Amino acid sequence: MPIRFQQHPGLVVYLTAGDNGVNADGAQMHPGDLSVTRAIALAAIDAGADVIELGVPFSDPMADGPVIQRASERALQSGTRLQDVIDLAAELRVARPAAGIILFSYLNPILRYGMARFVDAAAAAGADGVLLTDMIVEEADEYLAEMHRTSLSPVFLAAPTSPDARLQAIAAHSEGFIYAISRTGITGKQQQLTADAAALVERIRRWTRLPVAVGFGISNADHVAQVGRFADAAVVGSAIVELIERSTPEKAPGAVSRFIEGLRQPYLAQTL
Amino acid sequence: MAGTANLSDDATEAHTKPQGRFGAYGGRYVPETLMAALNELEAAYAAASADPVFQAELDDLLHNFAGRPTPLYFAERLTEQLGGAKIYLKREDLLHTGAHKINNALGQGLLARRMGKRRIIAETGAGQHGVATATVCALLGMECIVYMGEEDIRRQELNVLRMRLLGAEVRPVSSGSRTLKDAVNEALRDWVTNVRDTYYILGSALGPHPYPTMVRDFHRVIGVELRQQMLEREGRLPDAILACVGGGSNAIGAFHAFLDDKDVRLIGVEAGGRGKALGDHAARFEGGVPGVLQGTYSYVLQDEDGQVALTHSVSAGLDYATVGPEHAALHDSGRASYVSADDAHVLEAVVRLSRAEGILPALESAHAVAECLRIAPGMPRHAILVINLSGRGDKDMGILARELNIAGAEALSGR
Repeated sequence: MPIRFQQHPGLVVYLTAGDNGVNADGAQMHPGDLSVTRAIALAAIDAGADVIELGVPFSDPMADGPVIQRASERALQSGTRLQDVIDLAAELRVARPAAGIILFSYLNPILRYGMARFVDAAAAAGADGVLLTDMIVEEADEYLAEMHRTSLSPVFLAAPTSPDARLQAIAAHSEGFIYAISRTGITGKQQQLTADAAALVERIRRWTRLPVAVGFGISNADHVAQVGRFADAAVVGSAIVELIERSTPEKAPGAVSRFIEGLRQPYLAQTL
Repeated sequence: MAGTANLSDDATEAHTKPQGRFGAYGGRYVPETLMAALNELEAAYAAASADPVFQAELDDLLHNFAGRPTPLYFAERLTEQLGGAKIYLKREDLLHTGAHKINNALGQGLLARRMGKRRIIAETGAGQHGVATATVCALLGMECIVYMGEEDIRRQELNVLRMRLLGAEVRPVSSGSRTLKDAVNEALRDWVTNVRDTYYILGSALGPHPYPTMVRDFHRVIGVELRQQMLEREGRLPDAILACVGGGSNAIGAFHAFLDDKDVRLIGVEAGGRGKALGDHAARFEGGVPGVLQGTYSYVLQDEDGQVALTHSVSAGLDYATVGPEHAALHDSGRASYVSADDAHVLEAVVRLSRAEGILPALESAHAVAECLRIAPGMPRHAILVINLSGRGDKDMGILARELNIAGAEALSGR
């Protein structure tokens, strides 16, 4: 299914699947019980998220800052497995047929599960796309061959440091949308968007008509409004994961819902 | 908005060329942000390797600053005691800073300067690579930040103090198992953030291309010297070369000049730790399966969900969940074989070599000594066995004092 951004700018929300915001000791749940993530994802979609990125927790998240590192540790402590995340994608697909669903992972859990098996399972679950943090286009032959058997969209990252030749290759192999990294660095909140982001999106547009989503450090309504001036969508990750960390499993869906509604406020104020 | 531009040939071919492969292993599995820097590094390294001026400066520093060539020493008393193969030690432990790590730190330090990068970062496990990097940064007048796991800081305190004395900043890493793997993660996070002005001196023959090749090349001098020294001393090549394998830099450096000499057995010794269960050792070729960790495809100790396993070894330098990709290829092709030595035998080997030869080996290097103690007695007297003694054990005195008073009391008595 093609990914559609219903509003401008579109909103992509990253969640670390299986993170209940509290350590396993503190939650009375079965291993692999992703009901809290499910409730948060549904609340996020209903509050206006166009796409949910379901993050597969990994033991060594080298591209992530402290917030998502802690979320990954919590999710692993509560027994989250790749199969649980795929199952959650299937549940979300049934519950919200129009929402975009991306499986977001480091490569190793996918390799261990089996690349072909993973692609089949993700497609059967009704996911729209896959983003692998540590997969670059040069290494992606086998991955792309498997993805092309299905309707799944491979989403690649583009960085401010990527020269035009790389952006061209990234654009050529991406489907769905292109994820533009707003700045050099790991995931995490920041005070201000750098000029890197707008310049990168402009360079990407030379090579593609795909929508461009900007992520890394997008954490408030001002950022989202700024991104809306030059890109198609904003990705919000660490800010929401941190909100979940500060909340409780019961209150997190409501808190995330209010936060996402708030992210659109300057934009609504501007257009109304 | 401009229309979609036509694809050039470059873009369509870009993803069909595997880079930095050793058989199926190696490659580049990194966040996109690092790709430009890795390409820049690859090009700069290729240019430096072909530049006689760069090579001459490196050779001069290796000779006059680091102390190359290192001796090839005949361990006569140990040979007599074991009653089998003639045992030689390649004395990398005599290098400045106490281990082979200075070979690579000097090479990459000069490369960083050539590339105009003034901020250097590094990871360290046992602290030997951190000390070597801090030393080279002092020599070349560069800023130096070393990431080190809190557990390793605790057990290799002496090296932490050395790094600080040399002017480096040691940043403790508190994530995961708080050892080498986590220090590499944190160094990669720093690099991805400060990639435009920072050079990452990776300390072993692993990580994304071009590191495994480049680090191997800088250590290749070990085997080149060894080959020549052995021919001069014995008029022939050795029957076997033993080296410990964490990431595998000293081993690949010792092995590489002998890859075409099929009669020379190449034996890597991994950390057997305290047991065979996942989490109790760092023997990747016994308990690992191929996977991707920290930028390269190689054997990885992991659970059935692809989560990287915790590791254990008495030696911080071998306490690591993956291994350099060239070793993975040598393992699969059968050109090199890989065994493990457990903590107890390693401690015994430290004592044995110290008392037989007056040479205190690093706990890492003692893994190779332990395998020598196991196999030398069964080899004929005309056989020749070389241990690449990659580092000295002064840094380990704290651990040795503790371990030998408890578990090693038996090993100490009666020797």
